[in-house]
Amino acid sequence: MSAEATTINMAARASLWLKPHRIVLILIALGLVLCAAFFMRWDWLPQYWQMGLLGIWRSLWILVVTCALGFMLAVPLGLAQAGGPFWFAVPAKIFCTIIRGTPLLLQLWLLYYGLGSLFPQYPWIRESWMWPYLRQAWPYGVLALTLSFAGYEGEVMRGAFAGVPKGQLEAARAFGMSRLKIFRRIWLPQAFFRALPTLTGETVLQLKSTPLVATISVIDIFAVSSKVRQDTYLTYEPLLLLALIYMTITGILVLIFSRIEARIPVKIG
Amino acid sequence: MPPGWGGTLLVGLLHSIEIAIGATCLGLLIGTGGAWGKLYGGPVTRDLLAVYTTVVRAVPELVLILLLYYAGTDLINQVLTAMGYQRVDISGLAAGIFVLGVVQGAYSTEVIRGAILAIPQGQIEAARAYGMPPSLMLRRITLPAMLPFAIPGLANLWLIATKDTALLAVVGFFELTLATRQAAGVTKAYLVFYLAAGALYLALTLFSSVIIGRVEAWSRRGMPSVKEAR
Repeated sequence: MSAEATTINMAARASLWLKPHRIVLILIALGLVLCAAFFMRWDWLPQYWQMGLLGIWRSLWILVVTCALGFMLAVPLGLAQAGGPFWFAVPAKIFCTIIRGTPLLLQLWLLYYGLGSLFPQYPWIRESWMWPYLRQAWPYGVLALTLSFAGYEGEVMRGAFAGVPKGQLEAARAFGMSRLKIFRRIWLPQAFFRALPTLTGETVLQLKSTPLVATISVIDIFAVSSKVRQDTYLTYEPLLLLALIYMTITGILVLIFSRIEARIPVKIG
Repeated sequence: MPPGWGGTLLVGLLHSIEIAIGATCLGLLIGTGGAWGKLYGGPVTRDLLAVYTTVVRAVPELVLILLLYYAGTDLINQVLTAMGYQRVDISGLAAGIFVLGVVQGAYSTEVIRGAILAIPQGQIEAARAYGMPPSLMLRRITLPAMLPFAIPGLANLWLIATKDTALLAVVGFFELTLATRQAAGVTKAYLVFYLAAGALYLALTLFSSVIIGRVEAWSRRGMPSVKEAR
């Protein structure tokens, strides 16, 4: 398709989307945004924007690290439940049930207050190299979010591993591939493609869970907005901006994942 | 009620269950209306509902809870003062149910919309051909016929609601997680109380799963089983 035809096509689609009532709605929304910009107080922004950027960076960092680590944990969890012997399958199932059956906030506080209160009793922990980390809050936050992601995604991966057609694995075995090679080349990639659409949703859910770490004194973007609210006695402005920031990050995440999904062949097996 | 901190935990659990039930009921009402509006409403209704479901699903529950909590209580008080009444303190229970209900409503809108779309088209056409008015059709055909498609999603939402009640601890509502925090903070037996609360939540989830299984079997009565349908 030529560039001109593409432009015309896009214009046609835009005119289909931009119906008269939508234009009115967009104008009303713009009016609301302008009202918010002019009639609400934003004079605290210059003082706090650097802190806010650092907070966004921390939230994203926690999101990426916990998703990556959690997925690495989810693969063995799913594999154990899908095809493992029962002494692997049962503990994995119990782990997933416990993680999915209790609130994340409780898990976080259990790790931070519960485990955190145990550690100082043992001198050998206080003298070890881990102590400077164990005294901070963020390792507990990362651990809790990682375990939570692994629990939810482990269940997804179980279904994905079980959903790979038997014929694919049999064909790989007929080719004389070793078990590790079958896993690496056939089973894991196909299961991953199957899990990808749910992975988008899980990642967005994980993003929406990150503000919980603010309750154990990790300074993420949510904690920054709480600090602004405490300092300036404003209720709505920091919260509205915070909601906008999270919506933007969600939008970007969905866009990235849809790009990745578009590169993967649709029909497998 | 047993004495001591164990009793406190149980009271917290009771509050959590109350909020979860209230929020799920409110969410179901909003969800049914929302799904109806999204499928059969005018263009403006549809777009507004799309904005509602998108925004609620993109913003963390914690932020929404804070926003709706302050905005909701502010709004009610302003309406009351405008009408010449005294300002009132909104009870934590009502506020919690309202806030979580609005969040649940967005998710159940999508679940119920999908379930209504899964009803075989012929059943709705047959109802129209009989000359049923929309409200009768909703009551007699659409709601019962969509139930088997909606129940797995709605059951999931109930489990999410029971766990989301923990977030109300952040706004200071006395439910299981906050009760646990107080008990642990006073007695310094952190691990014991957090593990106990975890066991209570887990028991609630597992118990719910059993009930949900029964309800699902009941709503699918007379239909071919999933295995046969494949």
